[in-house]
Amino acid sequence: MNKTVNQKAWFLILPVLVLVAFSAVIPLMTVVNYSVQDTFGNNQFFWAGIDWFREMMDSERMWDALGRQIAFSAIILAIEIPLGIFVALNMPKRGFWASFCLVLMSLPLLIPWNVVGTIWQIFGRVDIGLLGYTLDAMGIDYNYTQNFYAAWITVIVMDVWHWTSLVALLAYAGLQSIPDAYYQAAKIDQASRWAVFRFIELPKITGVLMIAILLRFMDSFMIYTEPFVVTGGGPGNSTTFLSIDLVKMALGQFDLGPAAAFSIMYYLVILLISYVFYTVMTNLDKRDGH
Amino acid sequence: MSVSVQKRGGFRIKGNAIVMGLYLLFLLLPIYWLLTMSLKTNTEILNTFTLWPRDLTFDNYLTILTDASWYTGYLNSMAYVVINMVISLAVALPAAYAFSRYTFLGDKHLFFWLLTNRMAPPAVFALPFFQLYSSVGLFDTHIAVALAHCLFNVPLAVWILEGFMRGVPKEIDETAYIDGYSFPRFFIRIFTPLVASGIGVTAFFLFMFSWVELLLSRTLTSVDAKPIAATMTRTVGAAGIDWGVLAAAGVLTIVPGALVIYFVRNYIAKGFALGRV
Repeated sequence: MNKTVNQKAWFLILPVLVLVAFSAVIPLMTVVNYSVQDTFGNNQFFWAGIDWFREMMDSERMWDALGRQIAFSAIILAIEIPLGIFVALNMPKRGFWASFCLVLMSLPLLIPWNVVGTIWQIFGRVDIGLLGYTLDAMGIDYNYTQNFYAAWITVIVMDVWHWTSLVALLAYAGLQSIPDAYYQAAKIDQASRWAVFRFIELPKITGVLMIAILLRFMDSFMIYTEPFVVTGGGPGNSTTFLSIDLVKMALGQFDLGPAAAFSIMYYLVILLISYVFYTVMTNLDKRDGH
Repeated sequence: MSVSVQKRGGFRIKGNAIVMGLYLLFLLLPIYWLLTMSLKTNTEILNTFTLWPRDLTFDNYLTILTDASWYTGYLNSMAYVVINMVISLAVALPAAYAFSRYTFLGDKHLFFWLLTNRMAPPAVFALPFFQLYSSVGLFDTHIAVALAHCLFNVPLAVWILEGFMRGVPKEIDETAYIDGYSFPRFFIRIFTPLVASGIGVTAFFLFMFSWVELLLSRTLTSVDAKPIAATMTRTVGAAGIDWGVLAAAGVLTIVPGALVIYFVRNYIAKGFALGRV
């Protein structure tokens, strides 16, 4: 749509600007402030320069958390994206069953994150959970509070359970926009199921898939509540992801300087990715002729 | 020929149904487990392994609905969620209109900057929020949590609403101005009803994202505005965890979403993708 140039539109934006400045800029400045200062208590601060940043860059703890975080995000993306596409391809196209599937699939997306954690905490317990009990009865040693692999598998399956539907719903929305004529043409050409997917469906859903990948990447990169409820970051530190580590440092140990430096680096990474997200999305909007 | 085609078609539908059946089973089984557990007594949960409640009881729900320390958790959550919804919609409506209709200095950068707030990890903001709201005397109030949740909800609202507003033809604005409508009157009387469904969808997502969040709401409250999510950690008592009540509390938090899910089923993807589907 061709838009008119109108500088007065700023007045319409002003309320948002004031509100977001209060809830984002001021806190962010506090963080910047802490990241370059040190204190011995009594609210007396002195300049520390980039010491905290240097300390965090050398901190094994942060690199370990980052490594776990990247591994986690990579694993859930590798599972959720193909699985989501597969589910979307198998969804009914219209009618009662389409609504039925949409409603049931949306359910996990709308559950509070700590309840998602609670559900899996209960579900996986060997004594009272269906999953844990069944695995135990089958003779598999499964205990997510003590076993490294069990903890990771539980956290990953939980995330797959929680978010695969989002990928499926996005892919489904993309598939719905393909005109029937495309499929008829493919039928005349006697194209195989794989060819239909590869040359008709996949190109048409690339746009929504990009959004799905980036959303899932970003949200998994900030994950806190679900693993915190299920494993509390354990056993040991094995499921302590970036956000869990940061909260531990900032609110648990009150190490303001390092935590602030950590926050800023964490935020810059997200900012960089957001920029990629934004560029991809605006380019796609342009291509679709909005 | 036609028979064999039909047969193949019939087989494929069956295959699809099996895949969907398995996937939905995977989704629903953990939820089913939570639900049955909320209907069992603790003795049954801990001593016998049963697939459905043998000794059906609603005591767990009664505990929550009659004990003030439990149900105030729900009321607190409701309170800050609704406040947040009202604030976010009030500021986002005019902003989304401006973004959808006009170009102005710095609009693209502003739009991007709003997005970065949606992508900001709440963990980064937990400590500064705590200090900011403590220093202005808002700690442990509903308004503090509502304002904190604006961090990600206002950008979300602007983005979703902008997507809906782009779909309203500009000729409507122009006609209204020619007819002598002032901007506020046009906006309230004509434009808002036109995007009513968009506002409904946006309100749903504002509600949802504020409702599911735990980290910020837990950090910013202690007693008076404690959300249900934080209350749920309380079930760990001297006698171990009260599993039945914990499960019942969990089920009750799913109810608000489940009630309206049918009406927003076609917009779920749109809301999560920031209006870009």
